Amino acid sequence: MSRVFIALQDNENARFIVEAIGEDNPEAEVKHSPAMIRVEADDRLVIRRETVEEKLGRDWDTQELQVDMISIGGNVDEDDDSFTLYWNS
Amino acid sequence: MNAKTSKRLNMKERYRIMTRDLGWEPSYQRYEDIFPQEGFEGIKITDWDQWEDPFRLTMDNYWKFQAEKERKLYAIFDAVSQNNGQMKISDPRYLNAVKLFITAVTPLEYNAYKGYARVGRQFGGVGARIACQMQSIDELRHTQTQIHAMSHYNKYFGGMHDFPHMFDRVWYLSVPKSFFEDASTAGPFEFLTAISFSFEYVLTNLLFLPFMSGAAYNGDMNTVTFGFSAQSDEARHMTLGLEIIKFILEQHEDNVPIVQQWLDKWLWRGYRLLSIVGMMMDYMLPNKVMSWAEAWTMYYEEAGGALFKELERYGIRPPKYADQTVIGKDHVSHQAWFIFYQYGHATAFNTWVPTAQEMDWLSEKYPDTFDRLYRPRFELLAEKAARGERFYNDALPQLCQVCQIPLAITEPDDDTLLSHRDTVHDGERYHFCSDGCRDIFHHEPEKYVQAWLPVHQILQGNCGGADMEKVIGDYYRIEMGEDNLDFEGSAEQRRWAAWKQAV
Amino acid sequence: MSVRANYANYRGPVRDRVENFHGNQLVYVMWERHLLFCAPLTFLADPAMTFDAFLAEVLTPALAPHPESEALDFAEAQWRLDGEAFTPRGDASLADNGIGHKSQLRLITPRLSDLADAAI
Repeated sequence: MSRVFIALQDNENARFIVEAIGEDNPEAEVKHSPAMIRVEADDRLVIRRETVEEKLGRDWDTQELQVDMISIGGNVDEDDDSFTLYWNS
Repeated sequence: MNAKTSKRLNMKERYRIMTRDLGWEPSYQRYEDIFPQEGFEGIKITDWDQWEDPFRLTMDNYWKFQAEKERKLYAIFDAVSQNNGQMKISDPRYLNAVKLFITAVTPLEYNAYKGYARVGRQFGGVGARIACQMQSIDELRHTQTQIHAMSHYNKYFGGMHDFPHMFDRVWYLSVPKSFFEDASTAGPFEFLTAISFSFEYVLTNLLFLPFMSGAAYNGDMNTVTFGFSAQSDEARHMTLGLEIIKFILEQHEDNVPIVQQWLDKWLWRGYRLLSIVGMMMDYMLPNKVMSWAEAWTMYYEEAGGALFKELERYGIRPPKYADQTVIGKDHVSHQAWFIFYQYGHATAFNTWVPTAQEMDWLSEKYPDTFDRLYRPRFELLAEKAARGERFYNDALPQLCQVCQIPLAITEPDDDTLLSHRDTVHDGERYHFCSDGCRDIFHHEPEKYVQAWLPVHQILQGNCGGADMEKVIGDYYRIEMGEDNLDFEGSAEQRRWAAWKQAV
Repeated sequence: MSVRANYANYRGPVRDRVENFHGNQLVYVMWERHLLFCAPLTFLADPAMTFDAFLAEVLTPALAPHPESEALDFAEAQWRLDGEAFTPRGDASLADNGIGHKSQLRLITPRLSDLADAAI
């Protein structure tokens, strides 16, 4: 087991993205530090477009994540519907 | 911003059309004439089509998202300058970290821009070429936004006025400069392993995340903002770094030992380079976020541990001497600050003995080392300074032939003895700070015999003569009494007090 | 091992060969376990200079900022040269003592004060 993580700027978009992550990944752990929010989970973390759109109340492109994301740990798989971080080991 | 309703193709199809379909097979020129650097390092690529960009980012969307980032960034720069942002920082000592950043890190961004432009040209695979092209443009953006961010502080504080000149000449800046030039003069695959993987993936979090959070904690809006904006590109670069390593390893088993040796080399080189960041975190941030040791545990031991576990399946083991970095995390920040303190007459920033409160924080964060080894040194230095004998070391330090850092780091198994190794090559003696740096020399002695070591250059008379005041003032362009020396009694301290009184 | 270069027989210039120091040579000195000096020190010296003159004219002024420098007696000290035990001849030149270009000398002194507890 290894931890994957994503760090986001602590801004208005991120608040809703983190809320969506929490809903889709109930085991994820959210850590706040100055200006930054870090979300960690064991082995796998999924961000779903549909859930983020519901929280934001508008359309959202998974590639928009690039504007708010600061760092990640794990392999990435991204398509139109989701953004996934995972470790194989 | 809404790409979803207007697009007709899905992300995977768009990526295929906008990358792979832009390439072609050469018909009247030989492949090896078009890509002359692809083979000499011994890396074997059998199928470039296996290259995947997991973000599937295409040039059209790249411009769209980058423009959005720039709009946000420059709105904040304007707000900071319109609201006297320089007065909102926690303590004028904080700005010294920014001075170190613009002289040591910003020029690396510019070198990265040149590096990716060069190596992108050298790869036969179109996916890799486009990823390198985007990263090259990103790195130029980082250079520009950092200069813009700090130009505001440059109006009020010293030490930032001549950073490109200083980068090419000043003794401690030869450490980052030689690090990057080592990568830039390597082949294209080693460059990617060094910068995309070892630096961006494994180590860049240690530069940007704690430091940017530190800037936020010390009221420096400009630095937080450019830092996080740059870091949003870094997240993409990191992914590229991991993908390139997996790609090279999957292409041919003969690639594994070559890559392993590069990982050993570049983890060690990056670790040594980051001693400067450790020092910024533990000594230069008046409001502290986390210690260097904590950051190393979180970002190298834990995150790096997960990463190297992932790479085991390819026959890769964790980098050699990684255990020494874990021992060193309790020492290097103190030892680095100690170098700068005693050569503080030759730095483009101020140095100081930590306050009593700061020393208590260091004791708490470094229970095994600070009170035993480092507090007594600082207390002696404080006593000397109080007697009017502030210690500046007038003798020049011995430098490592590879990392170019003074031999100020102690043995992993004896923390009161300076670590030193040497070797004789072609009748000439060379000195190193560690087994890691000596191994790097032994692999490529022809490269490192030509190192431009600042101390030796001064003593050869190549830096404006034998008078150190002239070297510092004329050759480095560090203005004596304005940019350098102790913070106590400095021009910065006087100006800050005057501004605070005027408010 | 040898560098993997893009063309055959790659060699870089040896930047610190003794000829570049205008008749002088480099000598490094580490005062062992005296970490007030953050690193060993680099000196430019005439290879014809006697060892005693090197101590008096070059090393002593450099070590003066250390509180133990007044108690330091070179007659009581032990030396190592490039990793080997070494007994210097004070009236012989650096060259005749076998101290070559870029040699490292280590100075090892008995306990001189309480500063030794923190290896200062």
